[in-house]
Amino acid sequence: MKQTLITLVENKPGVLNRISSLFRRRNFNIESLVVGHSETDGVSRMTIVANEPNATKRGYIYFSLLKLVNVIAVKDVSSLPCVAREFILIKLNTSPEQLNEVNSVVKKYGARIVDMGNETVIIEATDEEHIINELIDGLMPFKITEIMRTGKIAMRRGRTHKVSSDKINAAPDDIEWKPEQISAYQN
Amino acid sequence: MSKNPKKLTGSEIVWECLIKEGVQVVFGYPGGAILHTYDALNKYSEKIHHVLVRHEQGATHMADGYARASGKVGVAMATSGPGATNMITGMATAMMDSSPIVCITGQVPSPVIGSDAFQEIDITGASIPVSKHSYLVMDISDLVSTIREAFYVARSGRPGPVLIDIPKDIQNATTDFIYPEEELSLPGYHPPKDVSEEYISKFASLVNDAEKPVILAGHGVLLSNACREVMELAEKSSIPIATTLLGIGGVPDSHQLVLGMMGMHGESWANNAIQDADLLIACGMRFDDRVTGNLKTYSPNSKKIHIEIDPSEINKNVKVDLAIHADLRTVLRHVNPHIKKMVRNDWLDIISGWHHDSKRRDILNLKSDKLHGAQAIRKIWEGTKGDALIVSDVGQHQMLEAQYYKHNEPRTLLTSGGLGTMGFSLPAAIGASFHEKDREIWVIVGDGSIQMTIMELGTAIQENVNINIAIINNGYLGMVRQWQQMFYNARYVETPISSPDYVKLAEAYGIQAYRVDSLENVIPTMEKAQKNAGPSLIEFKVEEHEVVYPMVPVGADLNDMIQRPFSDVYENGQMVEKETAK
Repeated sequence: MKQTLITLVENKPGVLNRISSLFRRRNFNIESLVVGHSETDGVSRMTIVANEPNATKRGYIYFSLLKLVNVIAVKDVSSLPCVAREFILIKLNTSPEQLNEVNSVVKKYGARIVDMGNETVIIEATDEEHIINELIDGLMPFKITEIMRTGKIAMRRGRTHKVSSDKINAAPDDIEWKPEQISAYQN
Repeated sequence: MSKNPKKLTGSEIVWECLIKEGVQVVFGYPGGAILHTYDALNKYSEKIHHVLVRHEQGATHMADGYARASGKVGVAMATSGPGATNMITGMATAMMDSSPIVCITGQVPSPVIGSDAFQEIDITGASIPVSKHSYLVMDISDLVSTIREAFYVARSGRPGPVLIDIPKDIQNATTDFIYPEEELSLPGYHPPKDVSEEYISKFASLVNDAEKPVILAGHGVLLSNACREVMELAEKSSIPIATTLLGIGGVPDSHQLVLGMMGMHGESWANNAIQDADLLIACGMRFDDRVTGNLKTYSPNSKKIHIEIDPSEINKNVKVDLAIHADLRTVLRHVNPHIKKMVRNDWLDIISGWHHDSKRRDILNLKSDKLHGAQAIRKIWEGTKGDALIVSDVGQHQMLEAQYYKHNEPRTLLTSGGLGTMGFSLPAAIGASFHEKDREIWVIVGDGSIQMTIMELGTAIQENVNINIAIINNGYLGMVRQWQQMFYNARYVETPISSPDYVKLAEAYGIQAYRVDSLENVIPTMEKAQKNAGPSLIEFKVEEHEVVYPMVPVGADLNDMIQRPFSDVYENGQMVEKETAK
């Protein structure tokens, strides 16, 4: 099961290094990591997708992240209602005769052609990961020469949850980690 | 805050901040990139004593030893590049054993950072996996807050090493020195403060309902100063206590409820008790592989309570039924009033039954012409009345010390547990001696380990520290040799190791030194060493093929221990029981 973590971090030099170093040395498999400015000065928001099937280890990832001094808060949103999106740019080698066909695939998936050269087009799309995957599959008959994906960004639906300091106590029935019960954002 | 702040250089600010943090001693080694700061030390040398080490690794172990002995933050200082990289092992040692140290390194001037300048290394980056946190100060106005944060992070929560890298131009820049009085608050760092009543009542009812509980006392007992509270819990509810290696001293070994060390070379009855228990109360320990053995069969019938300040340790190796993420002492102070008074004679009887053949397996009862390491260590215990501060190194002697030197007071055993850093003991003892000025200090070290940091004999004599160094010399890297004997068909590949003449070597340094090769000479020689005000060294020539028993082989069940073969039992020179091999 993929684990999606939304993380608030201090925007200081080396923070990305600390997080990637943590994933490397703890042998956690990182699938994607997206970072950018948040609504607050000096604070960045990250969406990290980890690929760790073991529930105990998912808890370990969560708490190891939380432990980093520059990490302000972590929320495991894997099983929470979220808007999750990925952005992609795809370059195709095409001939003018194929353009109609390409266009129909692009339309079907709500993507756009953003650049047209003599023999190439660049397509952009923003959607959920599986739709992006389908788009790539749909374009396979044409010659894809470049793909650039951002990885997933996610935001919880509903009201904004206040970030507060963390207090974690695993409930007695928490034999399997349920990170959503041990939240860093307190509702 | 004063209205007319002093203008100070970065170097002066470093020392001012250290004084504000209560630092009295700094262990370090000067060099190009830290020279400004050393130059400024001149003005502060009445308030801070600097110990010149022989290698920067030694500085970190000294800071670590000082921290472990005192509970305060230890400070090490070095220059950039090789000075900084030499600190990596010491930081890793402190990291694995949760020891609060602050390492201050000089760095090449900020404009040339990243250019591979002379003695430039990215120590802020290199230290990430071996430190709790690290800082590179790129602006003089950040210096005070950085140093304050570093000390706060090092000592709070689960303690650990913190590095501050200060470029040369920042050390030389000037600014108004303003030291804020208000408490620090970091947005992403919140050590737990209190514990909810819900967990306290669950904790208490698990204990009150248990029939065969065992307390697992780890380093956290010492770090949170919860020794009394742990004993109160144990005595009130008649709960036996097994300790980890670093938990030794947290509870008095002579107490009838204290079973001794658990784990790979622990006492068999302690391991049996853990395996047979119906409740484990893990206090500030992390279920390291050396204490659990095979995780699949670990204490199969017990409920488990884990009180731990570091949430990432909870459920990492062993899944627990009640996890309490809080300071141990706070938790126990809340829970102890809810614990029923109980006497668990049945359970304690079962455990003492597991002692049945231990006498016949005890190496102290072995009749031999040769001096054995275990016997020498037992004599050191006798000769110090069990009151010394012992700093042990890594290997067979470390395990024998844990088995045969009984500690009754907290912070009287310092040893590198998690990282197992050979070479730790001599520098750590030098560091500890700056806190424990009146206590007798003994280094117990193997011939392999001492040669890793033997240059610190120079520091010991330059500072004239009152430590006694007992080298248990068996001519081998003994623990590795033991593994070769047991698991590699006795092929002793690269484990025989030569030694210098330690007595001559010590004398060359100006250190009093002695050699002992028989049991009866141990105490008389110790007495000579004890009379010296400065450092002394005793080389113990011991049996070469000693094996540390009992032992849980890697991956075996915790109660599946290899026992020492039986031997005859002697008391006062008389055989009282004949060896009967089974």
